[in-house]
Amino acid sequence: MTGLMSDILESAVTLTAIEKSFGAVRALAGVDLLLKPGECLGLVGHNGAGKSTLMHVLAGTLKPDQGRLVIGTQDVSRQYSASNASAHGIRCVFQELSLCPNLTLAENVRIVHRALKGIGWKAKARRLIGEKLDEIFPGHGIDVDQEAGDLNIGQRQMAEIARAFTVTDEPLRVVILDEPTSSLDAVTARQLLTFMRQEVARGTSTILISHLLGDVLDYCDRIAVMKDGKVVAEKEAQNFTRHSLVAAMGATAEKAGPGTTARRRISSALTIEATPLTATQTGKLSVRKGEIVGLAGLAGHGQTRMLIQIFDGARKHSAAFIAGDRQSDGVFNLWSIGENVTVSALRHLRKGPLIRPEHEHNMARNWKQRIGIRTPDMNNNILTLSGGNQQKALFARALGSKADIVLMDDPMRGVDIGTKLEVYEMIRAEAEAGRSFVWYTTEIDELKHCDRAYIFRNGAIVAELQGDELSEDKVLHASFAESA
Amino acid sequence: MTNIWTKLRAQPWIWSFIAMIAVWLATIAFTGGQGAGEILTAALSFATFTIIIGLGQMMVITTGPGNVDLSIPATITLAGVVATKVMDTDNARLLIGILAALGASFVVGLFNYGLIRLLRIPPIIATLSSSFLILSTAISYGRGIRIKPPPMLADFATTRILGVPLLAIFVLALSIGIALLIKRTLYGRTVLAIGQNPRAARLAGLNVDLTRFATYLLSALLAGVTGIVLSGFSGGAALNMGEGFLLASIAVVVIGGTSVAGGRANVPGIWGAALFIYLLDTMLNTFGASAGIRLIMTGVIIIAVITIAGGDRQQR
Repeated sequence: MTGLMSDILESAVTLTAIEKSFGAVRALAGVDLLLKPGECLGLVGHNGAGKSTLMHVLAGTLKPDQGRLVIGTQDVSRQYSASNASAHGIRCVFQELSLCPNLTLAENVRIVHRALKGIGWKAKARRLIGEKLDEIFPGHGIDVDQEAGDLNIGQRQMAEIARAFTVTDEPLRVVILDEPTSSLDAVTARQLLTFMRQEVARGTSTILISHLLGDVLDYCDRIAVMKDGKVVAEKEAQNFTRHSLVAAMGATAEKAGPGTTARRRISSALTIEATPLTATQTGKLSVRKGEIVGLAGLAGHGQTRMLIQIFDGARKHSAAFIAGDRQSDGVFNLWSIGENVTVSALRHLRKGPLIRPEHEHNMARNWKQRIGIRTPDMNNNILTLSGGNQQKALFARALGSKADIVLMDDPMRGVDIGTKLEVYEMIRAEAEAGRSFVWYTTEIDELKHCDRAYIFRNGAIVAELQGDELSEDKVLHASFAESA
Repeated sequence: MTNIWTKLRAQPWIWSFIAMIAVWLATIAFTGGQGAGEILTAALSFATFTIIIGLGQMMVITTGPGNVDLSIPATITLAGVVATKVMDTDNARLLIGILAALGASFVVGLFNYGLIRLLRIPPIIATLSSSFLILSTAISYGRGIRIKPPPMLADFATTRILGVPLLAIFVLALSIGIALLIKRTLYGRTVLAIGQNPRAARLAGLNVDLTRFATYLLSALLAGVTGIVLSGFSGGAALNMGEGFLLASIAVVVIGGTSVAGGRANVPGIWGAALFIYLLDTMLNTFGASAGIRLIMTGVIIIAVITIAGGDRQQR
C-alpha cells in the first residue's frame, strides 16, 4: 500500500538536461521535462523544434548525447533502449507508423507482447486488440485478421493506437501520442481524445503532440512548449490561451503574413490539368505556367499519388520530382553528392553520346554554391551529408534539370529554417521565370508561399482555396468537411 | 608506397588480381618455373569467353536484386549452333552467320524481358525457363551434328600475336567499351541508378524500363558473341558447349567486386576473377589433385576470396 502511495507521489518520468545533435544540427539543447502519473502533458512547437526527437529519446529509439532519464524512481540513463522501454511501461505511437504490413493485426500485437505465447496465443492476441479497438473506437469496422498493409492509413493509425494501450504482463505507465490524429477524421479523433482522458483518470500518463492547438488546450492538463530544442514554456493548460501558446512557440509562423511576397493571380497558359484517379467524386486540378500551387489536407490523403500521377502523365522530361521521403524516393546511396545532383540533367551534359566529366563537375560546384550544400567536396558520398543537406541536393537535382514542372512531395522535412527561407525565395524566383510548381506540404505555414491550394481528403480534391483564403482554419475546415 | 597500397586496397577488383597472381605463383613454384608463360597464354585464351559473358551478367546483376540471366549457357549453345550451321564451313558466309547468330540472341533477350516485364515473372525463373526453350531450339535446329567453323573464324579465335591471343585483345577492347558505357553514358548511369533504387531512378526522370530491356538484350548478345567465337575456338558448336558457364558467369561477377545487391559494377574485376578461376583449375591439375579434391578446393578458395574481399568492403 505504501509502495503504491509513494509511486503516485513520484513523477512517472523525469528528463534532465537531455541533449542530442545530428551532425551540425542541435536537435535538443538541454531539455528538462517532468511527467506526473495520471496526467496528460501536451507538447507543442514548430516543426523541427525537437518534439519528435525528444519522444524518440523517451521511447529509447534514440540515445541522447547527454542527460538523465528517470522512470519512476529508477535512473535508466545508462542501459535504456527501445527493447526495454516497454518493460518500463513506456509505449509510443509515432508519426511514422510501425505496424508490419505483411502481418495481421493480431500478429502485430504479438510483436510487442512477448507474454502472448503457447497454444492459443493468436486467439488471445485477437481478443486483446479487438477489445481495445472496440473500447477506443466503437464502430471502427476493422477486422483484426486483416493484414496491416491492406488497411488504409487512418485504420492503421487506429490499430497502432489501440495496440499501444493493450496490456499483458508489462505495466502501462506512459503512452506517447505523436500527432495521433493526423490521419484520423474528426469523429475518431474525438473518440481517441475522450478515451485518452479516461485512461489518464485511471492513472496512466500520456504525452500528446499535436499541431491542433485546440485539442491540446482542451484535453491536456499541462502544456510544454518547445522551441529550438528547448522547453521554453511550461504551465497548466488553463493558464494558456491559443494566443499565448502561439506566442510562446515563437513568431516564425505568425509574422510571415506581410513579409511574404504578395500572392499573384496567374492567368498564363495551362501547363497541367489532372483529376485524381483515386476518387470518384473529386475536383479537378489545374496549374498554369509560372504558378505555385499547393496540395494540402491531412497527411496521406492522396497528395503524393496526385504528384506521381502528374509525373507519369507529363511529357517526357518536362516534370521533375523532389522527394520528401528521401530514402525510398530520392537519394542514390552509393553515389557522390555530385552524381546525385547531376543525375536528372545528364542528357544535357553530354558531348555526343558521352557525358563530359568537366560539365558534371561544373554543375555540381555551381549548385553547391547556389543552394549552400555543406560539404568540403561534392565527390564525397551523399550519405556524409545531414538529412537537410541531402534534401538540398535533391532540390538542386530538380531545379538543375530542364523540367518546366517541379513536383514537390513535402520536401522540407529535416531542412532547417534558414535554408527553408532561401529555398522559398528560390522557388519564387524560378516561378517568376516561368516554371510551375506543385507543392504538397503538411505545414500550413508553407501554403503562404503558394498562389493557390487544393485540399485533399480521401484521395479526392474537396476544395480549392485562393491565396488570400489560405488560413489554418480554412484549410483544416476543408480537410475535415464531411463531403465536398 | 603505403599510400598507393591504401588506394589499391580500396578498389574492389584488387582481390581478384591478388588471388590470380597468388595462384599463378603457386603453380609455377610447383613446376619450378616451367611453363609460366604458356600457362598465362592459355589462361588468357580460355578466360576470354568467361569475361565476355561475365560482362553481360555484370550489367544484369547491377540493375538490382533479383536480376540475373540464367539463360546464358543456352544462348551460347544456340548462337554457336546457328552460326556454324549458317556459315556451313564457308568463309564467304561468315558475316551472314554472325548476323544470324546475333539475331537469334537478340530474340532471346527480347523473349527474356518479355517474360519479366509483360508476364511479371521473376528474372531468375524467367531466364531459367526460357533457357530450356532455347536449348530445345538449338537441339532441333542443330540435330546434334558438329559442323566445323569456317577457317577464318577458327583462325580469329586461335591466332596469337606475340603469345597474346588475338581474342584477348578483342575482349580487352570490348571491356573498355563496356567500362565507358557504364561510367560515361546515360544508359550506364541509369543501370547504376536502378540498381540502387529503382523508384528513385524513375522519379529522377530516368527511363527504367527501356534500360532494363537494353540490359537483358546486351547480356543475350554478349552470350551470342561468346557462342560464335567459342565454336570457332573449339572446332565447332556442340550442344554442351555452354556447360559450366552459368556458375562461371555469376562467380566472376561476384569475385570481381561487383555488388550483388546492385548499383555497383566493376569491369577490371571480371578479368581478374576469370583469370583466377582458370588458373585455380590449372594449379589444382598441376598439383595432381583428384577430381573430387579439385572441386572441393575450388569451392573453398572461391568462398575464401569472396570473404576476404567482401569483409574488407564492409569495414569501410
